[in-house]
Amino acid sequence: MREIYLDNNATTMIDPEVFNLMQPFLQQTYGNPNSLHRFGQATHKALNEALNKLYDGLGASELDDIIVTSCATESINWVMKGIYFDEILNKEKNEIITSSVEHPAVLASLNFLEKKLGVKVTYLPVNSEGTCNVEDLKDAISDKTALVNIMWANNETGMIFPIKECASIAHEHNALFHTDATQAVGKIRVNFKEVGVDYASFSAHKFHGPKGVGGLYIRQGLKLTSLLHGGEHMGGRRSGTLNVAGIVGMAEALRLANLMLNYENSHIRKLRDKLEDEILKIDDVSVIGNRDNRVPNTILASIKGVEGEAMLWDLNKNGIAASTGSACASEALESNPIMEAIGAAPDLAHTALRLSLSRFNTEDEIDFAAEQIKKAANRLREISSTYAYSPKEM
Amino acid sequence: MAKKNLISGSIWDEYSQKVQDLMNNPKHMGQLTLEDAQKTGTRLIVADFGAESCGDAVRLYWLVDEKNDVIVDAKFKSFGCGTAIASSDTMAGLCIGKTVDEAVKITNIDVEFAMRDEPNTPAVPPQKMHCSVMAYDVIKAAAAQYKGINPEDFENEVIVCECARVSLATIKEVIRLNDLKSVEEITQYTKAGAFCKSCVRPGGHEKREYYLVDILAETRAQMDKERLAKSEFSDNFDELTVVKQLKVVEELLDREIRPMLHMDGGDLEVIDIQKGADRMIDIYIRYLGACSGCASGSGGTLYAIENILQEQLSSSIRVIPV
Repeated sequence: MREIYLDNNATTMIDPEVFNLMQPFLQQTYGNPNSLHRFGQATHKALNEALNKLYDGLGASELDDIIVTSCATESINWVMKGIYFDEILNKEKNEIITSSVEHPAVLASLNFLEKKLGVKVTYLPVNSEGTCNVEDLKDAISDKTALVNIMWANNETGMIFPIKECASIAHEHNALFHTDATQAVGKIRVNFKEVGVDYASFSAHKFHGPKGVGGLYIRQGLKLTSLLHGGEHMGGRRSGTLNVAGIVGMAEALRLANLMLNYENSHIRKLRDKLEDEILKIDDVSVIGNRDNRVPNTILASIKGVEGEAMLWDLNKNGIAASTGSACASEALESNPIMEAIGAAPDLAHTALRLSLSRFNTEDEIDFAAEQIKKAANRLREISSTYAYSPKEM
Repeated sequence: MAKKNLISGSIWDEYSQKVQDLMNNPKHMGQLTLEDAQKTGTRLIVADFGAESCGDAVRLYWLVDEKNDVIVDAKFKSFGCGTAIASSDTMAGLCIGKTVDEAVKITNIDVEFAMRDEPNTPAVPPQKMHCSVMAYDVIKAAAAQYKGINPEDFENEVIVCECARVSLATIKEVIRLNDLKSVEEITQYTKAGAFCKSCVRPGGHEKREYYLVDILAETRAQMDKERLAKSEFSDNFDELTVVKQLKVVEELLDREIRPMLHMDGGDLEVIDIQKGADRMIDIYIRYLGACSGCASGSGGTLYAIENILQEQLSSSIRVIPV
């Protein structure tokens, strides 16, 4: 059976070129980069090259810090909890503002700060397209605001948020600004310096790099209390022996993703739009968010009368991997939270289907996937007790 | 937490082959119509349960032979995940050939058991047990419609754990009888909380009206209070003045006895307390409301009241209704 992977917002395959570049660092060039001997020197050199690629690829200046972490979740937790120690504890500021549709890494971290440490968290609503309004941030922010946290692109809908404007508003009020750039890096042009963020989180496995490695951008001169103590790795900001193969892989994956941005935004966008158009031919289907303001690979569709997991089962049976929402929450019975956040009708809450492409998908695959989605929708609507099914010509 | 809980995400691997086959090809999917009923000389019943907005909705069709109440055919439609489809299909199949009264006795446990490949291996992972609960509920809805009664009439207990069908009264009783101190112990004794775990504490798969952690805390608190009251009063109840005895008795009645009587629309009042010549303490009561004139007032209810007072205050107490 042919297998078609359309769940690239959950994770991606490692680009073969990235994989090849990583391999020596698992067996031949394995020295600890902090060691002085020649084994250490060899990996140290490779790390330097990898860091240069990361700085170039993310638009960081030499004076900024890009700290390698294990994943975006770690980076995000570090910012949220670090800000608490640096800006809130024993100080007058006691508020963090965020959007209501952030990744669980943000929402759960903030929930922890709220419940355990009494931090006030304001959740900005999103509009029917799934992005926040700059005016809402202007209304919510005050001199008590320590941090504004707004994602760059949403993991479910792919919608791009007005990061530059939000960062500017935060700074006008002497608040810091963090963005979760996990779904933006590798899909659209990302330059942290240019948009003026203070902190940004990202993860290699979302842009065809390895799992278990990510990063945190910290703007020049900003402090952030360390959460991992123990050594002098990463300039003493994050201890733990460095994952050299992972870092080398992440840097190369970023370089390749940036090289492929034009392809991503032309060919992949075209395939995404084609798939979206085909799905929209099915009756009672809607797609969340304007496609011009989305990362080029993502569709979040709602197929009325078809429960999300049942759709995934049918698609999987035919070799197609998709998602009903965040992969991190795949065992939860709750509906896709974005559907509620955008104010979708309650009967659509459990009908979300997320399809996320990559540069490794082909037009032939997209045609096949569209056909299978239509077949599954028809079968499940025939079973459905809530949808008046009338068979249609395929 | 344990090793098996550290890695999630492969719930489909835990579906039995029967579940997988039924998800792909349900046997009883479809609908029955008035025309079908006319042809077979039966009565059509169409019952719904659940809602699309909650993620699960099922419709059950029955053709019932009114001469003997036998369900001669059953079909279903379902908005839900694959396990909801498989559970509904199994439930519909189990109904066929049974009388309506027999069908009402089909529980979600029966549905899950029927979908097992091996008798000792669950058909679905714990978090998917709730799908079979839907099947259980829609049968109640169909039977109620057939009998012209309220579906809640089939439930005389508050069900805390729908997956294992364990009631609030059972959980409280087990905590008391076995002096249970943790939710894990409740699960060991009753299976409540062993499946989807929604009833264990807030924040699970589904919102619940009652949670085991709360029931445990409340019951333990109540037990502590009772123990305290007993130790405070029982040692010297016989020596207290009548005024103090009355106060203690009223407190105990309010806490443990009147709530039971109120549930049936009744009540009681204490008329007098007298020390009898035989060193017994006679408490004269008068029943009020639905309890006055009730046959049980001189039987089961009276014995229950007397037992509680004797157990918690003094073995010398005698309760006399006037």
